Amino acid sequence: MSIVLGFMAVVVGIAAWWLSQQRLMAKPWLETGNVDAYPRTESGSMPPAKIGMGVFLAVVGSLFALFTSAYFMRMGFTDWRSLPVPRILWLNTFILVLSSVALHCAVLAARNRRDDLVRLALVTGGMTAFAFLIGQWLAWRELTASGHFLTANPANSFFYLITGMHGLHILGGLVGLGTVTARAWRGAAADRLRLGVELCAMYWHFLLFVWLFVFVILAGWAEGFIEICRALLT
Amino acid sequence: MAIALVLVLVVAGSILFHVFSPWWWTPIASNWAYIDHTISITFWITGIVFAAVVLFMAYCVYRFRHREGNRADYEPENRRLETWLTVVTGVGVAAMLVPGLFVWSQFVTVPADATEVEVIAQQWQWSFRLPGADGKLGTSDTTLVTGENVLGVNPEDTNGQDDVVVSAADLHLPIGKPVKMLLRSIDVLHDFYVPEFRAKMDMIPGAVTYFWFTPTRTGTFEVLCAELCGTGHAFMRGVVMVDTDEDYLAWLGEQQTFAQMSAPQQTGMAD
Amino acid sequence: MVDITQSGAEHVPPAEVGEVDLYHPHSWWTKYVFSQDAKVIAIQYSGTAIAIGMVALVLSWLMRLQLGFPGTFDFITPEAYYQFITMHGMIMVVYLLTALFLGGFGNYLIPLMVGARDMVFPYVNMLSYWIYLLAVLVLVASFFAPGGPTGAGWTLYPPQAIMTGTPGGQDAGIVLMLVSLALFIIGFTMGGLNYVVTVLQGRTRGMTLMRMPLTVWGIFTATVMALLAFPALFVACIMMLFDRLLGTSFFMPSIVEAGEQLAYGGGSPILFQHLFWFFGHPEVYIVALPAFGIVSDLISTHARKNIFGYRMMVWAIVGIGALSFIVWAHHMYVSGMHPYFGFFFATTTLIIAVPTAIKVYNWVLTLWRGDIHLTIPMLFALAFIVTFVNGGLTGLFLGNVVVDVPLSDTMFVVAHFHMVMGVAPILVIFGAIYHWYPKMTGRLLDETLGRFHFWVTFVGAYLIFFPMHYVGLMGVPRRYSELGDMSLLTDSAHSLNAFISIMAFIVGFAQLVFLFNLIWSIRHGKDAGPNPWRATSLEWQTAETPPTHGNFGKELPVVYRWAYDYSVPGAKEDFIPQNEPGTYPAARGH
Repeated sequence: MSIVLGFMAVVVGIAAWWLSQQRLMAKPWLETGNVDAYPRTESGSMPPAKIGMGVFLAVVGSLFALFTSAYFMRMGFTDWRSLPVPRILWLNTFILVLSSVALHCAVLAARNRRDDLVRLALVTGGMTAFAFLIGQWLAWRELTASGHFLTANPANSFFYLITGMHGLHILGGLVGLGTVTARAWRGAAADRLRLGVELCAMYWHFLLFVWLFVFVILAGWAEGFIEICRALLT
Repeated sequence: MAIALVLVLVVAGSILFHVFSPWWWTPIASNWAYIDHTISITFWITGIVFAAVVLFMAYCVYRFRHREGNRADYEPENRRLETWLTVVTGVGVAAMLVPGLFVWSQFVTVPADATEVEVIAQQWQWSFRLPGADGKLGTSDTTLVTGENVLGVNPEDTNGQDDVVVSAADLHLPIGKPVKMLLRSIDVLHDFYVPEFRAKMDMIPGAVTYFWFTPTRTGTFEVLCAELCGTGHAFMRGVVMVDTDEDYLAWLGEQQTFAQMSAPQQTGMAD
Repeated sequence: MVDITQSGAEHVPPAEVGEVDLYHPHSWWTKYVFSQDAKVIAIQYSGTAIAIGMVALVLSWLMRLQLGFPGTFDFITPEAYYQFITMHGMIMVVYLLTALFLGGFGNYLIPLMVGARDMVFPYVNMLSYWIYLLAVLVLVASFFAPGGPTGAGWTLYPPQAIMTGTPGGQDAGIVLMLVSLALFIIGFTMGGLNYVVTVLQGRTRGMTLMRMPLTVWGIFTATVMALLAFPALFVACIMMLFDRLLGTSFFMPSIVEAGEQLAYGGGSPILFQHLFWFFGHPEVYIVALPAFGIVSDLISTHARKNIFGYRMMVWAIVGIGALSFIVWAHHMYVSGMHPYFGFFFATTTLIIAVPTAIKVYNWVLTLWRGDIHLTIPMLFALAFIVTFVNGGLTGLFLGNVVVDVPLSDTMFVVAHFHMVMGVAPILVIFGAIYHWYPKMTGRLLDETLGRFHFWVTFVGAYLIFFPMHYVGLMGVPRRYSELGDMSLLTDSAHSLNAFISIMAFIVGFAQLVFLFNLIWSIRHGKDAGPNPWRATSLEWQTAETPPTHGNFGKELPVVYRWAYDYSVPGAKEDFIPQNEPGTYPAARGH
């Protein structure tokens, strides 16, 4: 459970930092009257949708932290046989990075009110993300073709489970991205479009980060780290 | 007003119930009297806190109940009182935790001279295996379980040949000798629990768990399963008899070893 | 999963909207059924939760029939008994308590108490309810599935949860259970995002965090915890579904069942337990923290006195929330995990007792020199303290690792958690309903029926669960479908069990009186007026009662003070609403 505890520590850290800004030590019964006398205590000015996205990403983060925690704990049992990493995953990683870059460009374009560029970047982002999903599916095919079936070994089961979960999240993101793109085509107001694009970009960057994390673990480069964790726990 | 009276009655009733309850733990039959002592300490501390809090509440409700013209005091906080209460609570908690941790460290430290006894659980019966003359248990694995080898003892392991196998029957233990119970399951989770011994531990298929104790009283004790294991859970009973040394040796002499049990089958195969 | 990108972009934050025309309902359907008004959603959540809770109540009667009078009721087979306990536990913990506190009270109270027009993502909020309803329907469907619902115990421990020796294990029961839980979690995540972001971003002008009522603090912290903890259950459910349906071996080791080797191998049942309790323990506080918050406000309002040590109360809520993530394995002391974990988890578990005790002291100290009105909400609050202290203290037995060894998996545990997270939070729910019902309907609940309900529920529940500890102390294991022939159970213990069962029926029937009162008083209750309890927090200051869509009429209230200005020296009334400007001579000593 060390991964998820590490994740929780980060979340608690962020929460503690935020709470420390909220005058939690103040004696509210002495602070009657207009709030202007007590600076930095109002609700923030950030759009709620962004805060909501941030909280949602924390939930997604918790989900993947738990999957990887389970992965590490299951890994300690004797029947574990690591499976070969399909080469195509490198290509997929590259494509997903491209996708994230494209959405970042979309954000920049939206800020500069370049509607044509926004559309181009959104479509590129969507297509590359879709290509990533196809790539992941090809990776699955390659593994099953070489006899690495879901139930043959827990390492395989986790590979399909975690990559599948990640793929489902990308798929969900594509639905959101699709709506934003459609809106961009219909010529939505720049401000509202910008918010939508920024939310997509946030989500994309986060899923890229999750993928890199998952990739490192599934490919077995984190073995040394896992050993340290296990030594700490036993 | 009734509520103040009822609060007092709740405290008084709870204490009287506790003192006069005919329902109490079973007479102990192992060395874990320490656990009972820790429970007693905890009962004292928590009982005092419960009575104090509820009686204080009853007093407040009575004394400060609404009457015409009353007005509540205004006191947002009182740091000294709060600090003081925190410290007292901390001390009370430590007074329960520290003895508890000491006893736990004894509980998990098996004495070197403890004899091993293996308990094998399955839906819904208990079996046992004792090391034979060599004092060692042979290895075992769930995947080795067959109709003849019901406990999954490794037939290749020479240590296992002289192991005494007690399949779905009573276990006997000699009095006064520490035993390390090795717990194994071949299907689902179970829990080997004899209330009189105080100790218990889950058994996990695919792993071996353990606890240890020293029987201190002869007698017949009922084994209960304390981890939900399917529809037969409540009927999964067994018997442990704590014997004097002579009785124990007499019983042991009547038991079959793993080699003896699998012998007819081997001759059969030779034919 | 939840896609908040669309809805987030489509709705401008309510605080910035002058009028609520944006998503104002236009038809009966969008007003009462597919409503995006948090207050309607709250009532939908509460109604569904109470309805499914009644099913769980009936199941508990059936269990008590079997335990109190063993061998008398033939239709309660072991299979049926285990299905009853499983569904009773799961419904009560997840589908009733979690849904009612967060989906019900959270939805109703958060926007009103922080001075918002609605939740920040009303559409997502509506979806949250409908997915919750779907989860409940899937759960109910398992009662009618071949083989019936799962009988694996609410903890669903593998391997037995998905094996033939357990009801529903190889039938649809366990699958429907897991799917229902996964749906619940998805639905809850949608709602939870709303509760958190509304508290963060939707507060009206002047509503600083330290001016929020403790109810909001409790629900807010509980929601944050739930958002982080429920994924653990989600992961466990998905992995178990894989094991059950696709034949993977995440949790399943080599198993011999009825002489046959199963195809599984190598899996770890303990892994499931870690995941389950990583959710399961925070879950206890997810239920407890809203109750803590609500009861603080009930006591303060009805004792006409500010909550004692408000800051300490806030810190304690946050501290308990954080600590509750590192105590989960105290449910696993005898699970066969590494014994040295016991030292760590016993210590963290007993540390968490300190902030919890502080909260209890502060409630009791709020009564000191108060002006205590013994209204029904106050009675329930007092009863909560008794049962919570009782249940909390027995938690010190079970949290202390070595004491847990003889007591774990006995009726002592059952008595403990029913007292602390069954009876105690439900007493708060009752208190809260008697307290806020006038705001929701404009009428008071009937006083006589209410008092009857209170006395039977409080005294009855105490008489059920207090003696039950002693049955556990004798060594009687929990989850036994048959107590008839146990050597340690004396005749007197059987009589005690029968007594407990009879009390359970009486307490159960008293709840019918409550339900009747709920419905009857909608039309026949005494007119309550806008602020019958003369309370300070914003929900009592709305222009209309019950509040209409948009909550506060034309202008949002501006907050000038904390929520606990009761009996302020120098003030004319014994309460000053949060939105009333003006200062009074400072209180003494501070």
